[in-house]
Amino acid sequence: MAAIRVTGLRKAYGELEAVRGIDFEVAEGECFALLGPNGAGKTTTVEILEGYRDRDAGEVEVLGLDPARGGRALRERVGIVLQSSGHFRELSVREVLELFGGYYPRPRATGEVIDLVGLGDKAGARIKTLSGGQQRRLDLALGLVGDPDLLFLDEPTTGFDPSARRRSWELIESLRALGKTILLTTHYMDEAQNLADRVAILAAGRVVAAGTPDSLGGRDEGETLIAFRLPAGAALDDLPPGLPGRPEPREDRVELRTTEPTRALRVLTGWALARGEELDALTVTRPSLEDVYLRLTNAPEPAHA
Amino acid sequence: MPDAASAAARPSDLGLLWRQLRAQNKLFLRNPFSAFFSLAFPVMFLLLFGSLNGGGRIEELGNIRYIQFLAPGMLAFAVISTCYTGLVTGVAINRDEGLLKRVRGTPLPPWAYISARIGSAVWFSMVSAVVMVVAAVLLFRVEVIGRMLPAAVVTLLLGAACFCALGMAVAAVIPNGEAAPVIANFTFFPIAFVSDLFFPTAGAPAWVGTVGSIFPVKHFSVALGNTFNPLVQGSGFQWGHLAVMALWTVIGVVAAVRFFRWEPKVDAPGGGRRRTRRAGRAAEPDPTG
Repeated sequence: MAAIRVTGLRKAYGELEAVRGIDFEVAEGECFALLGPNGAGKTTTVEILEGYRDRDAGEVEVLGLDPARGGRALRERVGIVLQSSGHFRELSVREVLELFGGYYPRPRATGEVIDLVGLGDKAGARIKTLSGGQQRRLDLALGLVGDPDLLFLDEPTTGFDPSARRRSWELIESLRALGKTILLTTHYMDEAQNLADRVAILAAGRVVAAGTPDSLGGRDEGETLIAFRLPAGAALDDLPPGLPGRPEPREDRVELRTTEPTRALRVLTGWALARGEELDALTVTRPSLEDVYLRLTNAPEPAHA
Repeated sequence: MPDAASAAARPSDLGLLWRQLRAQNKLFLRNPFSAFFSLAFPVMFLLLFGSLNGGGRIEELGNIRYIQFLAPGMLAFAVISTCYTGLVTGVAINRDEGLLKRVRGTPLPPWAYISARIGSAVWFSMVSAVVMVVAAVLLFRVEVIGRMLPAAVVTLLLGAACFCALGMAVAAVIPNGEAAPVIANFTFFPIAFVSDLFFPTAGAPAWVGTVGSIFPVKHFSVALGNTFNPLVQGSGFQWGHLAVMALWTVIGVVAAVRFFRWEPKVDAPGGGRRRTRRAGRAAEPDPTG
């Protein structure tokens, strides 16, 4: 059974169409990332799934319930980590987790949750004394304390330094190991790449690509880029005719995009060896998720009047 | 189905309410500003006005001592500070911080959260009322009249309920937390001075009486003041004033239920592209991201 099912979802704020017909499904136990630039409709989509927003059109199912009417029964089974939300600043970490745990039918033990997010030495500290990163980990702890089947993480590491991000990723990985379904929004490519089983890229309120991070946008069957510097004295026209693809000069190098990298390399290196010369700065790269992302999300956005 | 199972294991409503109420009380006590504002501020006024005009008497009220008039006025002031001003600013600021949105994302029923906040405000308004009465009796030998004590307690409780309801209603409609203290004070202090809170208005021009009678503050202070006036006969229940307070309570509840928002109003980043939209619902969130 799918944990989340979204079909034809639409939502407008007055003139502004934030979401213009989105479809996707998240399987149980899967980590699914919604990737996209600011304004792409990620948060609107997630907040509809969380029950904060009404939708204008489309079908939405979260754990078999309609989030617009799921109410308490649904909230008992999901954990929500918002982009930013206030804290009961005068309570301690342990106090607030005990308070929130008490809202749920089967909460996780407070101490266990505190250890899970690595706040063990801050358990008795007032929340207002925590650093920003520690408060963010408490956000995650509050999302987990009800032992949810499904966890929403809205940009969980935005503003983190690299090591804090790495630690959060490890934590999220460990949640997956517990069998939780996770819906994550992010605008970091590497985050989606590292955490998600599947990714949907949103741009201007639509899904422009969906799939595993490795196959997204035809990455696994797309063109490979071969780049090198021409040997001294050689011109572009001197390159052998049998090359698959058309070599193009780019700054001081030559670039060749091809779907047959093996043959291209054989022809190229054979040519260079025959001349007794080295191909300087030779690189072979496949398009990164970032390339795909930039290509897909750079399509001009329809104007908002 | 998991629904049935979770319904069976659900924490009881009463337990939820009780734990949330205790948490709200803890938050209140640990915040030095709220504690000071609610408990110490009105007592300060009692000391100030009481000392400045200690021996005065009020001709229009049968020549009773001014302090016997002032003490119930400051009781009403304490209740209004805690319930009205406290809730308007507290709720609006917590909404701006996203705290209300966080709570809304949990299974805690909204009524339980709202009731706990109101319950906590009522509790501390009663604590501050007791502090006030003790201070008034010890420092100024204010007379507490036993036969009218039940009327005084009922009036205090109804006043607390009324100003909690109005506080929630105003918190619901104000734009943001920064405006909250200004709006709370601006909607209270001008009215306070025409409402027999600090000074009697019996000798003032007629319009002062008329304006004061529209709003609930004067009905509260007069109803409470009468229960401290030794010249008033009987049990001291001021049914007319209590009825007006009840009416304002209903208005407050209806407005609060109708307009309450769990999320702040946010303008779209990048400036004003949503400014033209006014027709939608009151609370629209940030559509981006």
